[in-house]
Amino acid sequence: MSGLEVVFGAFAVLAVASGLLAVTSPRVVHCALWLVVSLGSIAGVYLVLGAEVVALVQLLVYVGAVVVLVLFALMLTRAPIAASRDLDAGPGQRAAAAVAAVAVAGVVGGTLMVVAGDTVIGVDSGRGDPRSVGAALFGGWLLPFELLSVLLLAALVAAIAISRGDDDVPAAPEDQP
Amino acid sequence: MTPPVDGPTLHLVGPVVLAAALAGIGVYGLLARRNAVLVLIGAELLLNAAGVLLVAGSALPAGGLAALRSTSQSTPVESADPLLAGQSLTIFVITIAAAEIGVALAVVLLLFRARRTSDLTAVRELGEASPTYTETPQTAQTPQTAQTPQTAQTPQTPDRVAP
Repeated sequence: MSGLEVVFGAFAVLAVASGLLAVTSPRVVHCALWLVVSLGSIAGVYLVLGAEVVALVQLLVYVGAVVVLVLFALMLTRAPIAASRDLDAGPGQRAAAAVAAVAVAGVVGGTLMVVAGDTVIGVDSGRGDPRSVGAALFGGWLLPFELLSVLLLAALVAAIAISRGDDDVPAAPEDQP
Repeated sequence: MTPPVDGPTLHLVGPVVLAAALAGIGVYGLLARRNAVLVLIGAELLLNAAGVLLVAGSALPAGGLAALRSTSQSTPVESADPLLAGQSLTIFVITIAAAEIGVALAVVLLLFRARRTSDLTAVRELGEASPTYTETPQTAQTPQTAQTPQTAQTPQTPDRVAP
């Protein structure tokens, strides 16, 4: 077992454990913060796999932007800070969800294990450095890349249009008893 | 099946198991949560499971597993994919996830403003089945035309505000 595999295993265990806490914690803010730990250790996994640029993008976009958005949404929806049992569904649905989760993990993991279980990959970081990723993104992937910027613009405008609301509709709750 | 590369190597079992576990956790978060924002956390974990698989697949030679199998018998032709499909697609997935969560959180905020709750089990009725449904929300909320919808919806609204 090489040192690289030890580091990978540490990041993977951290990602899975904090991911589990993120979906089971009874405190909403703790969920978002455990999500930070999970996404950060997945960035570490990317780094071990030799994808430096993807790891940096993961840190910038996910940890930097998405989690901040989630925290803002939690504050704006006045989520309870204290531990609350209203965040989870009933025990029956939770058991069914656990069964579905184990089934999905088993199917995905089992299939991929059969297909690629005995493969050894080389993780040279020369393949994930900014020069080669930039050449790939602005070479062969140029059209999808530009389409993606249009998608981001559309999502931005849609988010503003949705959350701004309609001025004619009094959505404020204060005027209702 | 060992690719003819020198330098550090890694067994593919690790990324596969990690991706499967993250996918399972994401599905659990999607199904077992009631708060809309926490459901989105599960969706993020699912997207990251896909990202881990894509980045791990990017370390394969050009042609993927099939090329690896054929090289084990014939002459070892080893060349990295110049397009870096796995890593490029992971960056695309991260971008799409950012766009998705922006729109989704805007919808959650709109739901909270309209119903005073982000509990997904409390909004079973959408559209015409909802007691607060009106054909024209602009005119229905004005005082002279709003008697019937207002009296119908007033008892439902405050008990959702209560907690």
